[in-house]
Amino acid sequence: MAMIEVEDLRRTFVVRTKSGTLRRGRQEILAVAGLSFAIEPGEMVGYIGPNGAGKSTSIKMLTGILVPTSGSVQVAGMDPSRRRTDLARRIGVVFGQRSGLWWDLPLRDSFDLLARIYDVPRPRYTTNLAAYVDLLDLGPLLDQPVRQLSLGQRMRGDLAATLLHDPQILFLDEPTIGLDVVSKTRLREFLRDLNAERGTTVLLTTHDLGDIEQLCRRVMVIDAGRMVFDDTIAALQRVGGATRTVVVDLERPGEPVVVPGAVVTRVEGARQWLTFPADASAAPIVSALASGYDLVDLSIQEPAIEDVIRLLYARGGAHKAD
Amino acid sequence: MVTGLSSIGVSTRVRLYAAVAVRGFRRYSTYRAATVGGVFTNTVFGVIIAYTFVALWEQRPNLGGYTQQEALTFVWVAQALIMPVGLLGGGILEEFAERVRSGAVATDLHRPTPLLWWRLAEDFGRAAYHFLTRGLAPVLIGALLFDLAWPRSVSTYAWFLIAVALAVGVGFAIRYLMGLLAFWVIDIRGYLALLTITQLFFSGMVLPLVIFPGWLRGLAEVLPFRCLVQVPADVLLHEGTGTEVLPLLALQLLWVAVLLFVGHLLTAAAVRKVVIQGG
Amino acid sequence: MADSIRAFAVIAGAWVRASMTYRASFWSLAVGQALFTLVDFVAITIMFSHIDRLGGFDVAQVALLYGFSGFALGVADLLVGNVELLGRRVRDGSFDAMLVRPVAPLVQVAADQFALRRLGRIVSAVGVLGWALVATNIDWSITKVAVAVATLVSGSVIFCSVFVLGSAFQILAGDASEMMNAFTYGGNTLTQYPLSIYPSEVVKGVTFILPLAFVNWYPALYILGVEDPFDMPVAFHFASPVAATLLAAVAAGCWRAGVRRYRSTGS
Repeated sequence: MAMIEVEDLRRTFVVRTKSGTLRRGRQEILAVAGLSFAIEPGEMVGYIGPNGAGKSTSIKMLTGILVPTSGSVQVAGMDPSRRRTDLARRIGVVFGQRSGLWWDLPLRDSFDLLARIYDVPRPRYTTNLAAYVDLLDLGPLLDQPVRQLSLGQRMRGDLAATLLHDPQILFLDEPTIGLDVVSKTRLREFLRDLNAERGTTVLLTTHDLGDIEQLCRRVMVIDAGRMVFDDTIAALQRVGGATRTVVVDLERPGEPVVVPGAVVTRVEGARQWLTFPADASAAPIVSALASGYDLVDLSIQEPAIEDVIRLLYARGGAHKAD
Repeated sequence: MVTGLSSIGVSTRVRLYAAVAVRGFRRYSTYRAATVGGVFTNTVFGVIIAYTFVALWEQRPNLGGYTQQEALTFVWVAQALIMPVGLLGGGILEEFAERVRSGAVATDLHRPTPLLWWRLAEDFGRAAYHFLTRGLAPVLIGALLFDLAWPRSVSTYAWFLIAVALAVGVGFAIRYLMGLLAFWVIDIRGYLALLTITQLFFSGMVLPLVIFPGWLRGLAEVLPFRCLVQVPADVLLHEGTGTEVLPLLALQLLWVAVLLFVGHLLTAAAVRKVVIQGG
Repeated sequence: MADSIRAFAVIAGAWVRASMTYRASFWSLAVGQALFTLVDFVAITIMFSHIDRLGGFDVAQVALLYGFSGFALGVADLLVGNVELLGRRVRDGSFDAMLVRPVAPLVQVAADQFALRRLGRIVSAVGVLGWALVATNIDWSITKVAVAVATLVSGSVIFCSVFVLGSAFQILAGDASEMMNAFTYGGNTLTQYPLSIYPSEVVKGVTFILPLAFVNWYPALYILGVEDPFDMPVAFHFASPVAATLLAAVAAGCWRAGVRRYRSTGS
């Protein structure tokens, strides 16, 4: 059975618009316009879309904060809006930009409090706490009030806090926002291990496509409340119109190279950039280059996901894996 | 640093502080819901206190030298002054303390404009906003509900506005000094609570000081807090000539000068502390 | 219910422990709270230095009203006073975080930032009440003791309900904590004095619309054996528990409606 199952989910908001001094218009906005997808236990899925695409609205419906206008949602076999409290024990939610920890309490007290709120049995709590303190390197921070922690430290604290009750599903909303490179890498490693070892299902919302590339095999892209893409990362990179790039360093500067199937887009001294369709093979291009020119070095760049997504939004079509 | 402005022309300086004051005004004018809520709350309290005063003055007409009308006017003037003079603490104080605690104050202290004057200008902007909204609105409602004593001469209102401006200055200076305490004390909330109570009680907010028993009244008269409510109210109620009003204004001016001077000295001490100990 | 009480105790306990790390702050704030309550009473005694009776009540009788009201507000402020922060929580999104935890959101909103220093209010109210009980010559009977005890409980429930009603209102109206003060602290100030000093419209309002008169006025009339200047039914003397129950039910309904609306509008 799927861990998360969403069928034709819709959500409208009524917005009051000011038109004139007294008259007030009423406008319905379709924030989520018929989403359907299923996530299996143990999957780690990237969930992306531009601002206002309906990401957080849909996450709120999945976690029971918001009631859907129509359609059905099942999370861990429950309807979130009807059984919000029961579901709360089975899921963990991390909102990246706001902490679920208590600002003035030492980290340890926040953990302790959450363990009690979630009725985590004492031995289980001790084991989990020890494990996460170790994995997330929280030891030296335990006695500091949360407000004194850096953003990265706080996020690690938030993650540990959310995992104390062994949630089966983890909803992460922008977990790496504002973090430095080191903290980001560390967090990603932790999530990867968590998913691999505990089999926790993860739905990851982020603006940082690096998170998705490094963590998720599957990615869902929504735009204007609709699913525009739901497939593997690899498939995303092959989406029609996307290009890959060969970067060659020649022995000496010269005219742009001529290779069938690729176009030179940039020349900088002895270095040249050639692009070719992402779904074509790189082999003939590389061999043509190697036989026709004196090469010092050569590398192939995958299409930047940002560019692919921009293409997706522009095209407006939908792509779904079967 | 503190005297960094001395090389700048006077008109430039005036324009700078005017701009700061306008910014203070605008900043508070964005909190519309809070303003409406505040007007409502001040009005409710005004009505309740007004009825207690009616009960008191009905039995003792002319108590404290006030007629019932004047006593009721006192109630609404006091309600109008709560926010402008910062009787309940208010924005600048807590924000200032928080900036000291977080260390952000270091940037304030190293600005070319002296912190004290900058904050004073900003507080005047805030006070002007609060006076025009949370001050005037309850008074108008109070005037509809109760029979108030309105001075007839225009000059009284002019004197009153000067007294209010000076009250704002005294109120600011007191809160500024309390805020500076944050440089030396980790948690000033306890002190703030005590200050607020003292201020409320000895300003005349809770009861006009003129009906305090002798010794308590004596104490109230040597403290600066009466400049916040009692003095402006007296300026309005004693529709007097300059000879009656001027000593009151002079008293306020004296307190403003003394408190701001102490504030200036302590700011310098705070700067030294930040420079030496890094906050 | 038992779960909610346990959760409240757990969350509040954590805040108490945290506040105790700054002992000096805790005590000075607690004393501040106590003085806040006393200042109004000092004002009343100053008023009584000029008169013998206010609205027909002597100073000890007013102290009784004052003590009942102060105690009720103090208990409500201690237990649920923090719900006034709800508007801010909705705005900054921390209310969402509460909705994904397995504890009733009202319990979380009330217990979060629980401040034991507010006991200061209750202590000084109890002090005034104690003095009032000594200074008034009440002819005590079993019924009067029962009414007095019921008054303390009912009054607390009434003010708790006012707090909850105000916070439910904030879900719809955004941050309206300022306005709530008019009903909570304003209600406290109003009931510190005999209602006989107010016009009958006010008395009807606090009897039939927002039943603050049941916090102290009606039961005190009975305990003190004072005739009702407004000629309300004698049954009102004993009706505080009924008023408290009704208002609590209304508050619970509004709170639930507010949360339901929040979850269906995503305000």
